[in-house]
Amino acid sequence: MHRLPVSLLLACLALATPLAVAAPPSPAPLPQDSVYRIPPLQLRDQQGTSFAFASLRGTPRLVGMFYGSCRMACPLEIETLKRIEHAVSAAGGTPLPVLLVSFDPAHDDVAQLRKVAAEHHLQAPLFRLARPEQGDEGMLAGVLGIAYRPLPGGGYSHNVVVALLDAEGRVLATTDASGAPDPAIVRAILAVHAARRAAVRPGAGLQSAASGRPARPKEVPFRDDRRKSSGEVPEG
Amino acid sequence: MVKRIAGLLGLLLIAPVASGADYAAIPGGVLVSALAVDGAAARIVLKPFAMRIEPVTNAEFLDFVRMHPEWQRGQVSPLFAGPQYLAAWQGPLTLGPEARPEQPVTGVSWFAARAFCTREQARLPTWYEWEFVAAADVTRRDARQDPARNQDILDAIQAATGRRPGRIGRHPADVWGVRDLNRLLWEWTGDYAAMFPDADARVPGAGASLALCGGSALAFADKNQYALMMRVAALTALKPADAASRVGFRCVRDLPGE
Repeated sequence: MHRLPVSLLLACLALATPLAVAAPPSPAPLPQDSVYRIPPLQLRDQQGTSFAFASLRGTPRLVGMFYGSCRMACPLEIETLKRIEHAVSAAGGTPLPVLLVSFDPAHDDVAQLRKVAAEHHLQAPLFRLARPEQGDEGMLAGVLGIAYRPLPGGGYSHNVVVALLDAEGRVLATTDASGAPDPAIVRAILAVHAARRAAVRPGAGLQSAASGRPARPKEVPFRDDRRKSSGEVPEG
Repeated sequence: MVKRIAGLLGLLLIAPVASGADYAAIPGGVLVSALAVDGAAARIVLKPFAMRIEPVTNAEFLDFVRMHPEWQRGQVSPLFAGPQYLAAWQGPLTLGPEARPEQPVTGVSWFAARAFCTREQARLPTWYEWEFVAAADVTRRDARQDPARNQDILDAIQAATGRRPGRIGRHPADVWGVRDLNRLLWEWTGDYAAMFPDADARVPGAGASLALCGGSALAFADKNQYALMMRVAALTALKPADAASRVGFRCVRDLPGE
């Protein structure tokens, strides 16, 4: 009966014990419809900082995707997001942190991210450009309604969707970020601020983060092409 | 006691087992896609890859959800799988009479298919990879201009409409050693959602910008490929969380190129 060596038994206990006793106090489970439920995705931003996508839980933010050599839709996306943040500030709100994840990690290294950030005067950590380092960024694209496909001559066929996530990662609203700031997304961001202020006020009780249905933007595809000059950018 | 601990040790030491699924090496090459780029036929250069010779089966997907409960029906997030997910299965871990183990799994969302392939150290094929291999028949790498072959595929699709996919392997493998690409079911591709069907043109006000970005709207350079057109129409009608009774998948892996 006692044929197993003691060393094996000890090895068993050494392996089994941490599983049994070392479970850290875990935070409340994510809501079923939280985008932070995607399989683990490790990112690195324009400052070289590595972070897990799911670690962003806890603060409402805007999340979208892009690629660095994009000449048309992505610069428009970034500038539109800046205008949205300005509109939020002008209405008395505080700009939300923005994360744009590259779907072209083969070309978008940290130096490229830094270059794009400098071109658009983006400051981390408020405005982060990031590249996927481990995991499947396609899962993130899928839950945000973003689709992309490399074109034979370089560049991508893709759409633009930027999602407003609440602190738990639920999509509250989306915009196609293609020019003038979408008033609906500005209102939704201001509503998030109002709800958070109300939530921290004593006696205010629980507030829902924002009202309104998530508005799926129309999926207007862009055709970005490295070969073309930026003179072909469509207006609005 | 000792035996139980030994058993526990055995469980702990079981690493994720590399799948025994068979893959066929595809050397890559040039595909003249039936899909148009800039309104014209495009030459696509494909790197070498390996493709599963058969679609993923119910039995294989059952193993996957056993090991990954977060993908079981009833547990999966509604973000990743809609209400029709694995609807033909009798229970979350029971296939039942409507889903034989050896049949291709269908009713799987794009997210679930993607997660399965990742676990197999693989990925979903791109549309072009799928199209490249599916162009073959038993003797030719590109049989797409053979009207009899195209008609045969159309007939098979028509006969199968409204039914669950039949058995794998009723037709001989193609010149690559791959089976059942064209006749049996629709298959997810990794990039299907970026094929952007022209439906967007119906959105009021979208016309002008689409005119400038027309190259990305979906169009066929080869109007004779009805079966491919039906396939693209079927896929692009789906959202990635949708699960449809005729949509399954297979995986591919990168191969070291030259």
